Amino acid sequence: MNSFLFDALARIVGSRWVKHRRGELATYSMDGLPTHEAIPGVVVMPGSPHEVRELVRLLHLIQVPFVARGAGTGLSGGALAEEDAVLITLTRLNRILRVDGVRRRASVEPGVVNARLSEAVAPLGLQYVPDPSSQAACTIGGNVAENAGGPHCLKYGVTTNHIVSLEVVLPDGSVTRLGSEQGEPWGPDLVGLFVGSEGMFGIATEITVRLEQMPESVRTMLADFTTVRAASEAVSSIISAGIVPAALEMMDQACVAAVEASIYAAGYPTDAAAVLLVELDGQSEAVGGEAQTVENILLESGARAVRSASALGDRARLWQGRKKAFGAMGRIAPDLAVQDAVVPRSALPGIMDRIEEIRKQYRLTISNVFHAGDGNLHPNISFDRRDPATAARVQLACRDIMAACVAAGGSITGEHGVGSDKLDYMPWIFDAETLGAMRAVRRVFDPAERANPGKVVPVHACREWHAVKSARA
Amino acid sequence: MACSEERPRLSNAIFTRLRALLGTSGVDRDARGLARANPDTSDALSLVCRLAHEEGWKIRVEGRGTWLPPDAPADLVVSTVALEQIVSVSPADLVATVQAGASLEALRRRLADYGMWLAVDPPGRPERSIGSVIATATAGPLRHGFGPVRDHVLGCTVATGDGRLVNAGGRVVKNVAGYDLTKLQVGGFGGFGIIADVHLRLRALPRADVTLVARGPRDVLTSAARDLVSVHLLPSALELLSPALAAESEWVLAARFLGTDAAVQADVRRLGSFGDQKWQPLPADRTAAFWSVAARGSLGGPITLRLGVLGDGVDETIDLLSHDLDEGLISAGAGLGMIRWTGDAPIEQLRSLRRAAAAREIPMTLERAPWPVRRALGHFGAYREGVGQLVGRLRDTFDPGQCLTVALEGADNA
Ligand SMILES: Cc1cc2nc3c(=O)[nH]c(=O)nc-3n(C[C@H](O)[C@H](O)[C@H](O)COP(=O)(O)OP(=O)(O)OC[C@H]3O[C@@H](n4cnc5c(N)ncnc54)[C@H](O)[C@@H]3O)c2cc1C
Repeated sequence: MNSFLFDALARIVGSRWVKHRRGELATYSMDGLPTHEAIPGVVVMPGSPHEVRELVRLLHLIQVPFVARGAGTGLSGGALAEEDAVLITLTRLNRILRVDGVRRRASVEPGVVNARLSEAVAPLGLQYVPDPSSQAACTIGGNVAENAGGPHCLKYGVTTNHIVSLEVVLPDGSVTRLGSEQGEPWGPDLVGLFVGSEGMFGIATEITVRLEQMPESVRTMLADFTTVRAASEAVSSIISAGIVPAALEMMDQACVAAVEASIYAAGYPTDAAAVLLVELDGQSEAVGGEAQTVENILLESGARAVRSASALGDRARLWQGRKKAFGAMGRIAPDLAVQDAVVPRSALPGIMDRIEEIRKQYRLTISNVFHAGDGNLHPNISFDRRDPATAARVQLACRDIMAACVAAGGSITGEHGVGSDKLDYMPWIFDAETLGAMRAVRRVFDPAERANPGKVVPVHACREWHAVKSARA
Repeated sequence: MACSEERPRLSNAIFTRLRALLGTSGVDRDARGLARANPDTSDALSLVCRLAHEEGWKIRVEGRGTWLPPDAPADLVVSTVALEQIVSVSPADLVATVQAGASLEALRRRLADYGMWLAVDPPGRPERSIGSVIATATAGPLRHGFGPVRDHVLGCTVATGDGRLVNAGGRVVKNVAGYDLTKLQVGGFGGFGIIADVHLRLRALPRADVTLVARGPRDVLTSAARDLVSVHLLPSALELLSPALAAESEWVLAARFLGTDAAVQADVRRLGSFGDQKWQPLPADRTAAFWSVAARGSLGGPITLRLGVLGDGVDETIDLLSHDLDEGLISAGAGLGMIRWTGDAPIEQLRSLRRAAAAREIPMTLERAPWPVRRALGHFGAYREGVGQLVGRLRDTFDPGQCLTVALEGADNA
């Protein structure tokens, strides 16, 4: 990186929005995952979609790689840039551009923080459903790139189910609009393809989302169990009874202990092996009936007690421990490796046993707080990365957990993405041909592979695909 | 490519080569004498594509032949009828793996044995293959409550035009490993490969299934539907059917409620007390027949279009259709939008309709039509700036030899 580039960037965004001093860059050397670190060559903070286009055009001209960054809460090292790359931080693009209550749509800039959008539409009786636990900080742009989920995605779907249209700056600086406000694509489903592409197909500069009506009635239940297995089996029983809760979350004893020892104490029973949070929503009559069924299932599955709440404040109290779990776990040790994997729901009891074995084998502190209803695990390892021996054991444990999930028919990530953290595991679930297809699709959007280079697809494991130039286009 | 005089000779040669690959039972001829490969595994499918790619043969893909007419010009036919296995059903995980040629009806029966169902009710006949529903992304009235086709597909195996096998997605309900290649196949009309099998998201069969209908002038019904959407009523379908489609003398608005007995009863009670529309419940034994008449209705003319509108644009867009074409057979999502029109019209009129729709920001997809119409118009058209290049490059990637005869874009866009 040289001063010529810094000047050129500054001409687009103004010099106060270009950071290249060592100390400034260090702030951007990590995302939410403590095991990966990289110092970008320069950080630039555009203030409008127009500036993003100008930046990307410039970088195309001089063939410099770039990485888009939202709030940097990602948990797979996705928003890290190496020293030969420009980090484009999008947090200044934080305008909510349009809200249409009748059509239930909102258009936002990518740097809008997730929770801010929900707050903005709440007065209309509407909500933006995907609610990652990081929603107070993460951006809608980052959510689109990772196809983020959250507790309430069990019933309502993840980010991809709520994005109808995108304005995208492609890596060559050209701008294109994908999808339509209505949700019907103009052609193949390129919005669906773009969501979850982890910043490697271009930069989303405007995002149009679908809003949902706030449910009429909500019931939250908290059940505690003396074994993790019994709690896991209760999850399966609820789902196979044909009930789709709005949320179905589990926390194990280690997690509950961390919460209860923190300022976020929510009154969860600390002697329980696991607690389940079940939320039902919909029409009042229906919710009442379903709540009864769920309570019966919970008790039959061995729950010691079931607490239930309908009023907003009471429900918030039940949720508090879950929402603040990561914060509470962060107090146990200097670092927290939040992992993310998926298993078929029926494999939950077995996989929880296996994680416990792995914990013992590597002598680590693992707490589990996760989206049990869709089999999306988050085993979280508390450690101190300054101790290399522990850090190495953490890596091995993560690897073993991933292997166990894949062996159970699952996936290596349910919502945090592959980023740089999970590159090595991709060949465990995709063959060389499929990885080759992914790379080839990436090259359709980014022939020079300059957007967020080196993430998601392990290039060495791909069978080569030749993109043929034809007369067709 | 083969020129027409050589066709019969080439067809015999292709027939022989395919038999050598798939055995005698794997190859026959279609009604016009064209060699037809009926692979029964994804590997066999991929081999056929590989051979066609090497030889430069054009492929026409066929499912069960009940939706798109089997009329695209080609050197050989690849049919998915032998890919008909329901490979696995996991009730505890609410997931099934199904080969693309399996019929909707066979799948429905099999899933019902487990108390499960696939919440998709596409237009057409129950014999339709699941592959054709996914490739054309033709969702029916249940998209109101359960989302479009893409929401039900967790992953798929696809043979590309040059015979590579790509395994997109997976078998779990939540998964962000790698790019979401499945989305390209759902609604890709086979332009990015031939779907061999799919992993589907299932639901537990609802206990109660009640449909109520209101009849009357169209604008009265659409405004009633819009009002319903803004109150706390949760129908699984809220569909407006034209008189011809519903085989009635007036427009029909049909509300379908699925779920537990308590929830459905509560919805029905509320519907009755809401607004001044007169709702008549259909007798339980007529519900299935009512919806199947509506689904088959979309086969009542040679051409079916899908127009992407929201609820508030339904009326105006039906006016546009009636003005530019004719009223035809219409099924429309009166609450959340989307219009399906079936009828007949000259290419020029369809072309100008697409232009008129595009001017109103409404995408128009040609879902079903005879080959000359598909070739001229394309399934898609009026691409936004930049989209055409992306789609062209994606096609080059998944079908480098241009073996798959699919008119994604029409001659207009070429
Ligand atoms: C405590 C905690 C809890 C969390 N809980 C959840 C959870 O429940 N569910 C969940 O899914 N995730 C969760 N996460 C992970 C993280 O918050 C999400 O992945 C989130 O979507 C990242 O948003 P961000 O703005 O921080 O993106 P960043 O971390 O800045 O970037 C993530 C990726 O997005 C790309 N990107 C960012 N903006 C754009 C854009 N405009 N266009 C193209 N690419 C872009 C980046 O290049 C990078 O690859 C959690 C994280 C933390 C720290």
